[in-house]
Amino acid sequence: MNVKAKIKNNVTHVRVLAQHPMETGHRVNIQTGEKIPAKYIQELRCECNDKVVFLAQFGTSVSQDPFLSFSFEGAKKGDSITLRWNDNSGDTEKIEATIK
Amino acid sequence: MAISRRKFLTISSTACLILMAPLKVLAVWSSTAFYSKNLDDAYRNLFDSTELIESYRIKLKVPKIANNKEAVPISVKTSIKNVESISLFVKGNPQPLAATFQIPADTLPELSTRIRLEQASIVTVVIKSDGKLFSKNQEVKLATSSCPG
Repeated sequence: MNVKAKIKNNVTHVRVLAQHPMETGHRVNIQTGEKIPAKYIQELRCECNDKVVFLAQFGTSVSQDPFLSFSFEGAKKGDSITLRWNDNSGDTEKIEATIK
Repeated sequence: MAISRRKFLTISSTACLILMAPLKVLAVWSSTAFYSKNLDDAYRNLFDSTELIESYRIKLKVPKIANNKEAVPISVKTSIKNVESISLFVKGNPQPLAATFQIPADTLPELSTRIRLEQASIVTVVIKSDGKLFSKNQEVKLATSSCPG
């Protein structure tokens, strides 16, 4: 997961690129004819100073390697944000970034 | 006073459950809404209502003709106040609800992401504010050169 957070005029802009296949469960493996099981991110949350600033819930219609950008107020330069996703198979990834 | 092992375990596990409860409420994934097969069911399961007010205060930026149906860039911005959530719907997809975003008080009601389109379809954004639902639609066509699968 790549995260960039920049502050400008008291507004923090966050850009996230998560590496994830986002399988819909509708696709079929051409060689074996079997359905590829669904595997997709269900929730992505961003916390700053122990407060949830953004909470995204995804379905299967979100693209592979989801990209997300959002903005929030009330943080300072040098504060750290925590991003965390979990998918339907129980995998999670957590990353911290510093606001520049 | 010494506490027996059994008593300690009962007390600590109850305390854990009580402390965990509020976290779970926030983290619940709206499965019924995401598994809905058509647009009206998705609205009903997510908002308990299908009454949408079309609003020009929502800016929905999505290409009229998408080159790559696997990754269609979409951005939403609004001047509506007290936004609680922003949700994206694609009518032509097997599961129309693409994503829903909770917007806390300090977060600006604007975001961008990338979604998939199964076929040419109407893309709808629904913004919940003060218990009302505001929406904006746009039709997205697929470029003929778009490579399948």
